[in-house]
Amino acid sequence: MKTFKLASASAIALAAASFAGSAQAEELTLCWAAWDPANALVELSKEFEAQSGHTMSFEFIPWPNFADRMLNELNSGGKLCDLLIGDSQWIGGGAENGHYVKLNDFFDAEGISMSDFADATVYAYSTWPKGSENYYALPAMGDANGWFYRKDWFARDDIRAAFLEATGRELGEPQTQKEMLEIAQFFQGREIDGQTVYGAAIFTERGSEGITMGVTSALYPWGFKYENTPGSYDMEGAVNSAEAVEALEFYKEFYETATPPGYTNSYMGESLDAFKSGQVAMAMNWFAFFPGLYADPNTGGDKIDFFVNPPQNQAGSTLGGQGISVVAYSDKQDAALEYIKWFAQPDVQQKWWDLGGYSAHKAVLESPDFVDSAPFAGDFLEAMGAVQDFWQEPAYAELLLAMQKRIHDYVVADQGTAQEALDKLIEDWTETFEDEGKL
Amino acid sequence: MSDTPLNRAASATPPSVARKIRGLSDRAIAWIFVGPTIFLLLAINIFPLIWTINLSFTNFRANRPNREVEYVGLRNYERILNDSDIWLNMQATAHFLFWTIFFQVLIGFTLAYLINKKFKGNDLWTTIIVLPMMLSPAVVGNFWKFLYQPQIGLFNYIVAFFTGKEPSSFEMLGSVDLAPWSIVIVDTWMWTPFVMLICLAGLRSIPDYIYEAAEVDRASKLRQFFTITIPMILPFLMLAVLFRGIENFKMFDLVVQLTGRGPGSTTELTSINLKREAFEKWRTGYASAYAIILFVTVFGLASIYVKALNKVKER
Repeated sequence: MKTFKLASASAIALAAASFAGSAQAEELTLCWAAWDPANALVELSKEFEAQSGHTMSFEFIPWPNFADRMLNELNSGGKLCDLLIGDSQWIGGGAENGHYVKLNDFFDAEGISMSDFADATVYAYSTWPKGSENYYALPAMGDANGWFYRKDWFARDDIRAAFLEATGRELGEPQTQKEMLEIAQFFQGREIDGQTVYGAAIFTERGSEGITMGVTSALYPWGFKYENTPGSYDMEGAVNSAEAVEALEFYKEFYETATPPGYTNSYMGESLDAFKSGQVAMAMNWFAFFPGLYADPNTGGDKIDFFVNPPQNQAGSTLGGQGISVVAYSDKQDAALEYIKWFAQPDVQQKWWDLGGYSAHKAVLESPDFVDSAPFAGDFLEAMGAVQDFWQEPAYAELLLAMQKRIHDYVVADQGTAQEALDKLIEDWTETFEDEGKL
Repeated sequence: MSDTPLNRAASATPPSVARKIRGLSDRAIAWIFVGPTIFLLLAINIFPLIWTINLSFTNFRANRPNREVEYVGLRNYERILNDSDIWLNMQATAHFLFWTIFFQVLIGFTLAYLINKKFKGNDLWTTIIVLPMMLSPAVVGNFWKFLYQPQIGLFNYIVAFFTGKEPSSFEMLGSVDLAPWSIVIVDTWMWTPFVMLICLAGLRSIPDYIYEAAEVDRASKLRQFFTITIPMILPFLMLAVLFRGIENFKMFDLVVQLTGRGPGSTTELTSINLKREAFEKWRTGYASAYAIILFVTVFGLASIYVKALNKVKER
């Protein structure tokens, strides 16, 4: 009888324990773009699964459809994603439309301090309204638009001599935007090892955000501003300033004189393909891809090196990267918050960087070993010190599409002048802000 | 009572049901049959249309359900009709429509005329010719993108072979002048077989005795072509034009895959622009007005065209 009682008690305890376990264990879905860092995150998240008992599933969307797919998901109140690593520009819409959970109370309760993360990333990825202390995301992936080049070509004596003869200076990493164009033009159409190569791969994509991300990499170093006074939506004289016009003309010249033929609708994938196939001497792309590029057996290793987007009138890089948010429509918000708590830990952030993700945690970035931990680590730090982002307004998609159209019409389709393109852009943006009731 | 299926069904009907049906008028029974169809039509077509008209006078945005919706009168319509970019989209659409239909009818009819002759391998050639229209537009768009590639694309090499130009000296998808033609070429390649099949059906419906009578009257082949073939196939040709016109007016997938609506906005057709306004910018009220304008345009043109088609058929 005693044995029976003991067995019964054990069975009940076991059943209760397994019930408790199954009640807490959730299957969380994390949504992000399909790219190299996403694979690193899958690897990293295995540790979270082991520690928490939750299981993770991932929904990775190709970049060209990422915004479309995810914003539709949020706008329709979809429950697909419990956690979303959304683009920095979505933060305004995510906050104002109630798509993202406000994280302030959670951060306070769990002792997560935003001062532990790089200031630029907190400002860009987490806060709305900008500069306030309302947090809707934890900085997850620092990123900026940078450059990489064929170090082996730059080191060749014949090429160096030809460059010196053509330009009167030594071939090396460009110190200004104009130097970069000069180098790209030098390589354009040049024969190297029996193959015709071209200057550089830049962003010209029309459908999503490509050409805007590319052209702002020229606009920001020239001193481009969205508004005369932040928050005023006063764009006349800022968006179409003389510097902005000059930068836009520069980007058009770059496109026309230093890119491969047929390079009319190219973004991240095309830039990587052009470089890896040995077609171009230089290419712009997000730092997120740099670990993969360095590891490439054909064009990585000793053959590649990296540089930050060169300054012109000032330093300036286009901001990429994302914060991780809890989706307000998720039924598993507690488990999702657990994930954020785990992800915010300094040791997890270090592993994140080691696996190929770009941590924004100061414990990682300010570590004495960081700069030497990868050939692009120092450039990444430098870039993040001078990043600028596109509008982060709730109407961001409308603002972005207007810029895509005006810039592509001018740069690729050769319609009108730079001044006209920027003037029309102000008209489009003014209409949007009027509709939004902000003007 | 004869043993027909109808009588068997009548005798199998339970008396209570039969009594109920006998109590209904013919008109009521007719309504019972057409009622569900009318209900579905109202729910799926008419109600959304009325709702869209209603939305077209507002500033509604589907991605901001909590925002107050204001009636803005005709402002959306004014903005659209005064927007020079939209008129450029209309022009691009008209260019695409006119030239695709022109080439498809011309080549489709010629192919049908040739295929209609009896020769060895006729069936095989027919199958080969209709292959392109069986492919997905997304697939077609992608592989033509490779064919048009200036450095490795077969299309550029073929043109270079005949013209002596450098293959990489011109960009079909990247040039403002050539991109509109690049989408015309691909759509023509894909859909000419469809027009050919319609023309073939028309040609095969012409009775042989008409040609035999013309032979007896010593009419030349050219005369037979213009006085028998063309008039008798005209309704089929007009039908093909109607089908292709409607299809190409809403062209989206092929062009987005091929050119991404560029360079600039050169190949941004109205359907692409409308999708962008409605589901990327989320200007639902504005996009509704845009849709209504397009609907009225297509409906008006199609009505005139169908009237003309009926007149041709009556002749």
